[in-house]
Amino acid sequence: MSKELDYLSRKVARGHLSRRDFLGRAAALGVTTVLANSLLSSAALAEGPVKGGTLKAGMQGGASTDSMDPATWQSQVPYKFGRQWGEQLVEIQADGTLNPKLATEWGSTPDAKVWTFKIRKGVQFHNGKEMTADDVVATMERHSDANSKSGALGVMKGIDNVKKDGDTVVFTLKEPNADLPFLMDDYHLMIQPNGGKDKPTAGIGTGPYKVVKDEPGVRHIGEKFASYWDGDKRGHADQIEIIVINDATARTSALQSGQVHMINRVEPKIVDLVKRVPGVTIQNVAGKGHYVFIAHCNTAPFNNNDLRLALKYAMNREDMVQKILRGYGSIGNDFPINKAYPLFSDDIEQRAYDPDKAAFHFKKSGHDGSVLLRTSDVAFPGAIDAAQLFQQSAAKAGIKIEVKREPGDGYWSEVWNKQPFSESYWGGRPTQDQMYSTAYLSTADWNDTRFFNEKFDKTLIAARGELDPAKRKQMYRDMSVTVRDEGGVIVPMFNDFIDATSAKVGGWVKDGNQEMSGGYALSRCWLMA
Amino acid sequence: MSGPVLKLVAQRIVMGLLLLLAVSVLIFAGTQILPGDVAQSILGQSATPEALANLRRDMGLNDPAYIRYLHWLGGILTGDLGTALSSGQDIATSLKGRLWNTLFLAFWAAVVSIPLAIALGLLAVRYRNGWVDKLISGLGLASTSLPEFFTGYLLIYFVAVRLQWFPSVSTVYDGMPLGERLSAIALPVTVLTLVVLAHMMRMTRAAILNVMQSAYIETAELKGLTPLQIITRHAFPNAIAPIVNVVMLNLAFLVVGVVVVEVIFVYPGMGQYLVDHVAKRDVPVVQACGLVFAAVYITLNIIADIVAIVSNPRLRHPK
Repeated sequence: MSKELDYLSRKVARGHLSRRDFLGRAAALGVTTVLANSLLSSAALAEGPVKGGTLKAGMQGGASTDSMDPATWQSQVPYKFGRQWGEQLVEIQADGTLNPKLATEWGSTPDAKVWTFKIRKGVQFHNGKEMTADDVVATMERHSDANSKSGALGVMKGIDNVKKDGDTVVFTLKEPNADLPFLMDDYHLMIQPNGGKDKPTAGIGTGPYKVVKDEPGVRHIGEKFASYWDGDKRGHADQIEIIVINDATARTSALQSGQVHMINRVEPKIVDLVKRVPGVTIQNVAGKGHYVFIAHCNTAPFNNNDLRLALKYAMNREDMVQKILRGYGSIGNDFPINKAYPLFSDDIEQRAYDPDKAAFHFKKSGHDGSVLLRTSDVAFPGAIDAAQLFQQSAAKAGIKIEVKREPGDGYWSEVWNKQPFSESYWGGRPTQDQMYSTAYLSTADWNDTRFFNEKFDKTLIAARGELDPAKRKQMYRDMSVTVRDEGGVIVPMFNDFIDATSAKVGGWVKDGNQEMSGGYALSRCWLMA
Repeated sequence: MSGPVLKLVAQRIVMGLLLLLAVSVLIFAGTQILPGDVAQSILGQSATPEALANLRRDMGLNDPAYIRYLHWLGGILTGDLGTALSSGQDIATSLKGRLWNTLFLAFWAAVVSIPLAIALGLLAVRYRNGWVDKLISGLGLASTSLPEFFTGYLLIYFVAVRLQWFPSVSTVYDGMPLGERLSAIALPVTVLTLVVLAHMMRMTRAAILNVMQSAYIETAELKGLTPLQIITRHAFPNAIAPIVNVVMLNLAFLVVGVVVVEVIFVYPGMGQYLVDHVAKRDVPVVQACGLVFAAVYITLNIIADIVAIVSNPRLRHPK
């Protein structure tokens, strides 16, 4: 890159040169606007955060039914707002490692059965109370209560008890788990005063922003918390606002007209159009989320592994990534893990589209007639199109797939995890253990492929307690291969998170743990002068 | 007003209340046949069987339907709409804010569209079959025929994104100054006006033209009145009943039928509120919204009836 441009971009970051002038000079030097813009944001990052202003996000995934109680969160808006006003013990960073938040350090007994977290001192809740180990214990208690409706109940299941010991909190587990610290990043586990037992919906936490307006399904406003403990790193704008904009077109135009500074979920269909809007930057990042076709391994005709293999070979993955994700994603390999996970083995042979092999296994399975696939537009964006693509690629192998379109209303209660062959998605989990325990363990509630494999279960439990990374990696490799060759899941693609920011946003970090820069966009980013 | 008018009005109101009761039964029955249940919807894909069972028990979803209906009706009669199952908020409180927003939008759309429609209708009659009439009818029909989301997106693109005159996101909130509020709703009001304009305008035109065939219009013409005087003094007052009818129908549409516009412009009204709760199977809220919508519809129709009765002496003395 030319030195002049570099120099100019730093001048803009310091406020000595206007953006318009910079872009003009860049054009004169023969640099495209897109490149010039990206140059500017990296200069801004190097220059350091700018304080002040109101940073606004237009987001999909909010409804008037949303509540402030972290236990109930499951859609994007309450959860992403929660990441700004609440904090967990730890935080998973963009590179997949853990960053201390309300816990300063942690460690376990050699058998990974008892974990001790040292709680940070001098952290204040928004109500002025000091955060203590008691609050942490109470939070864990509230989320592990079997009567609670907490989304973290599954995470808490493996914990036998949580006790305070001075300024540390001790977790005793039912079974060893080397990944426990990762589980503490769960977005439901925001530390609340007395665990939120008094008033779960109070919206009081330790985060960089305190809640000033909460209008579910309309907007959420946070104001900078003056006594925030980590103010250098987070919470640059004076005020943040999330406006709920569920309509994709409305979201894009709000960004274009400058009413918001960032939006989530730009549809792959329109990414190329949005990219051309002056000043707008597409922020896409590979994540752990993936789209799946799930067959029940215990229901005819899918109880025959040859039929499952036939379907896997009949899937044209490259085509899916190109046509459904418009290139914003990567191909899957029929197990739910990709390189975004720690301890991923990249030497597992990639399954490719092979009509001959598909036809061979289909014939070997002895199945006669068509295969019924249920889908709906809520299964994932482009699910109907994906079903039709699959129908065509399978037809070339002589496999007839009948696509049945189900209503989106009731899809998750009546079709997914009920019907033997359907489409769905997974958002990914922080660790391989979490992903496999959630959906592939025989006893998992959401074992949506009805995958019952004793050896797999044993390896999974053993890997959980294994503290040697090399051995663990090998175990996960074995499990991945088992799911790939014997499981009921077809994973054609891993989808990118696609967000977009306006020219005013500085400090965006590519973080594939979640959309909107790992969920922290509003407190990580700042408004450029 | 004399005795018979009061009696007629009282009759209408009682009929309206009975109708509302019948609607309440229908709404309740309707929400019962929806697939899935609220517990499943709240917990969504991440529902475990034990969490489901706990939630169902807590929400009293295991009671028989008629008990839940009576319980609900009793609550409404005492002004208690219950609490939303999904967020635990008081329904009456959150509904009030949304209803107010919806009425605010409907009010301004009506303020713009009704006088405009009637004036255009009168103009069309004055210059009937001429180019003015054809132009008004043509444009009116065209704007009604375009789907409202399309008109909405066009306005957003040109007025909000290109010209930046008005915001594309119409979020309004408590304590927002009136000026800002009006600027925020400028685009949705324009869309709604375009949607309802032609219907009212065409009805005004047709109703007045109908009256224009009468003998007394000919008399007025012979008296030497100008065409516009004839229309405003003699034809319009006699055509009021059908016009009010269609105006009320459109007002009702502005209150209960604007979900699409609300979604496009992100306006926090009743429609979006209802849709969110239908998706969550939040039955008490859906029922409350349904009842409010029915009440609005019935009230507006009663008003249309009463205006018709008052404006037309013949209706006061049925044979």
